[in-house]
Amino acid sequence: MTRISLTVDGASVSDDVEPRMLLVHYLREKLGKTGTVIGCDTSNCGACTVHLNGTSVKSCNVLAVQADGAEVTTIEGLARDGELHPVQEAFRECHGLQCGFCTPGMIMQSVALLQENPKPSEEEIRLGLEGNLCRCTGYHNIVRAVQHASGQAETAGATS
Amino acid sequence: MTAVQERPGAEIGRDRRRKEDQRLITGRTRWTDNLQLPGMLHLAMIRSPFAHATIASIDKSEAEKATNVVAVFTAADLGESLGACINAWAITTDQVTPAHPPMPADRVTFAGEIVAVVVARSAAEARDAAELVDVEYDELPAALDLKEAAEATPENGGALAHPDLGTNKSALWTFDSAEAGTGGNVDEAIEKARTDGILIEREYRQQRLIPAFMEPRSVVVDPTGEQITMWSATQIPHILRFALAATTGVPESKIRVIAPDVGGGFGGKLQQTPEEMIAFAVARRLGKPVKYTETRSESLMSGHHGRDQWQRLTLAATKDGTVTGLKVDLLADLGSYVAIVGGGVPVLGAFMFNAIYKFPAYRFNCQTVLTNKTWTDAYRGAGRPEATYAIERLMNELAAEVGVDPLAVREKNWIKHEEFPFTTVAGLEYDSGNYEAATAKARELFGYDELRAEQRRRRESGDPVQLGIGVSTFTEMCGLAPSRVLGQLNYGAGGWEHAEVRMLPTGKVEVVTGASAHGQGHETAFSQIVADRLGVAFEDVEILHGDTQISHKGLDTYGSRSLVVGGEALVKAVDKVIEKAKPIAAHLLEASVDDLEFTGGRFSVRGTDQGMAIGEIATAAFAAHNLPDGVEPSIDSEATYDPVNFNYPHGTHLCAMEVDTETGALKMRKYVCVDDIGNIINPLIVAGQVHGGLVQGIAQALWEEAVYDESGTLVSGSFVDYLLPTAADTISFDVDHTTSPSTTNTLGTKGVGEAGTIASTPAVVNAVVDAVRHLGVNDIQMPCTPERVWKAINGAHGGGHADTEGAAAPHFDASTGMEGTVDRTTGGADA
Repeated sequence: MTRISLTVDGASVSDDVEPRMLLVHYLREKLGKTGTVIGCDTSNCGACTVHLNGTSVKSCNVLAVQADGAEVTTIEGLARDGELHPVQEAFRECHGLQCGFCTPGMIMQSVALLQENPKPSEEEIRLGLEGNLCRCTGYHNIVRAVQHASGQAETAGATS
Repeated sequence: MTAVQERPGAEIGRDRRRKEDQRLITGRTRWTDNLQLPGMLHLAMIRSPFAHATIASIDKSEAEKATNVVAVFTAADLGESLGACINAWAITTDQVTPAHPPMPADRVTFAGEIVAVVVARSAAEARDAAELVDVEYDELPAALDLKEAAEATPENGGALAHPDLGTNKSALWTFDSAEAGTGGNVDEAIEKARTDGILIEREYRQQRLIPAFMEPRSVVVDPTGEQITMWSATQIPHILRFALAATTGVPESKIRVIAPDVGGGFGGKLQQTPEEMIAFAVARRLGKPVKYTETRSESLMSGHHGRDQWQRLTLAATKDGTVTGLKVDLLADLGSYVAIVGGGVPVLGAFMFNAIYKFPAYRFNCQTVLTNKTWTDAYRGAGRPEATYAIERLMNELAAEVGVDPLAVREKNWIKHEEFPFTTVAGLEYDSGNYEAATAKARELFGYDELRAEQRRRRESGDPVQLGIGVSTFTEMCGLAPSRVLGQLNYGAGGWEHAEVRMLPTGKVEVVTGASAHGQGHETAFSQIVADRLGVAFEDVEILHGDTQISHKGLDTYGSRSLVVGGEALVKAVDKVIEKAKPIAAHLLEASVDDLEFTGGRFSVRGTDQGMAIGEIATAAFAAHNLPDGVEPSIDSEATYDPVNFNYPHGTHLCAMEVDTETGALKMRKYVCVDDIGNIINPLIVAGQVHGGLVQGIAQALWEEAVYDESGTLVSGSFVDYLLPTAADTISFDVDHTTSPSTTNTLGTKGVGEAGTIASTPAVVNAVVDAVRHLGVNDIQMPCTPERVWKAINGAHGGGHADTEGAAAPHFDASTGMEGTVDRTTGGADA
């Protein structure tokens, strides 16, 4: 067991964890942060994407001990003071989700993408989300949601 | 009361943002794997690495000694309490259906089958201990190739998936229009076309696909209460409860199944799974709650697969391109067991090979076959994509043979809009449709003529990048369905749906539906229907579903049935509420029932300004201080609706594809679809369903394939090898619609969940083939990888056919057995 201390969604936490424990398991099982989900065992799907010190990571690819001293933001810490993050709003506005399982990871990745590139082109958005799989939306409305959040698309029309 | 201000019809047809989204975008979700119950134990499955083997021995002693391991169970330990996985569809009375134990005792029949289960205090400890279980196997010959499996007998020494059955043939299902009286004799049509017409003979492969829902399957069983409660990531909580009761002997009343938030299904969660059965048995044995959540690799290996058919087709036509007959011989790979509706999937397709066309003669033979691979069952579209692919590819071949545009040959053969209702050669009655309108709209949106002009320019200039235009017109049967018809097809259950409307004392409304959602937006669309029909505010309607305790009756969600069957059940239940409220309203308003009218959620006395909202009547019924004599103090109502017919969405899809003839690389340029699903409740949700469906169908055309090696190991067993498309692989779509309201339900709606998937696969492959047809190619096997495209262009397989199965494949005829070879140049490589 190794002692780690970190900040998760604004709250300080300390725990003894097994060195092999992945960050995603720490978040889900130790902290009850079940908004972050596990979709694969090969780091392909991106469903577990969180922010580690402001950078998006697949939390199945990070050991909990590597997060010692870090600041972690999950989907549950994205909304502040009851206000949804603009990217969360955009996903709802543009119907950028259906079953919603990939959604936390997709939103966290989109937030990071827009931090790096506030006005991405459609191609840049598609390349930026390449590490996150969605099986429901065909990505059409996810791309639209990111455009919307970046102020580049006014509405989410039902057609085209 | 808000209801008074609401305008009837204000909700239906409106782009409502979804009610479900708040919890999903904030991570406040209820996935099964999120559940933590006090004292809960965790399961890890031990799975066979062999496709077919006898289990010689299982030594679990080391695992039992491992830290925090509570128990290790084999089939022998759990015995009869394991029950059996059900098959609900014997498509023929003599279907060969092997018994399906959740955990076989002596013989495994596919790689991934469970042979033992470890129970430990944590999931990690269970998995660690699973490594310590020592299983000895004696490998048996495995039936892996579908065509070989169909031919195998004890006499010829072919491998049998279940040697005790003596055959791999499960069922032969046939339909002949001459015998059924729905059309002519197909043999005569073929003979006539052979001498004085056009005969197109082709063989198409529907590769094996994996549904690959994003949320891995998960099950939690808590046996500690008065009932046994199962939470499961399932599409079918009601059917699952029935199946558990029927196969374990535990009374239904003692079982509660909850499908909380479910992360996708696409048919893949339409099953009573071995994992659920094992978790149920272990929880009962230990008296403690247990959880099992699969890994993605386990999901791909042992969740059911879809498609996997060989289709041999003969299309007869006159020289001007009028179809005179179609003969279909199908081999369908069931895998090692006949899954819950697996045997029936190809039969759903049987009714769809004639598609939107007026075929005068039709014969369909389907042989279902057992192999030592993962079982197959419904996957988005279930039978209809396979049929649509075949006929839409054939219609393009016919157009090429006649020398006309692919749209022209369709127009020549399709049912005209004034001919509806139309009884097809397969015996279905299509209620409504307008193929002309959808096609005209799609053509215009696509810029069809301009793209054809560009295609000609590229051909003439010898551009290394050629342009292909793919057409797919489609229809499907959905809204499964009339119970009577399902009964005629030997399906084990009905096709009704149940709904209940509870009028709360405050005037708000709780609605219970038997349809169980996994991403379709039921809470939003159903709220819109109830809000309009009952005249209450959208926000005042709460939709409850996915819990057999709350929603005690239902047939769940698959086959695009939620809205067209479940939504219609809601309409019936709402109408009963209004009917029950009417005498109470009359009494309170001191008017005659005959003088009342109900509009906008309000009963009004004709010719006066007197009136009461439905919510006020709910309150009055709750108080029950002043009700007419003999009237029940409740206006709650329920309805069980059984549709009179399937319904038949249709559409025209057009795809433009750039093909690099030097490398085989493909780039989708444009995709336009115009779907006609009748009246639309929520356009935003409908467009989303179409987008997702399109990508799943495009993925079959271009990327996805479940591949087994020669030993029966699934080599596409992770997301590294099974190529789910990413955002970077796909494009934005032009989605639009036309409207031919269904005449068989009040709402006038048709299903949309599977439409995109059904239509897009042939549109894409037609586009790829169209791009290189002038180079002598008339087929490329799916998925159309750059390698296959390149080989097709370069004639690597001869005759312009790019079929990786080789130039001469074994002939099969589902009705007569497997002999000879197919002349794969029949029909010609029309260079």
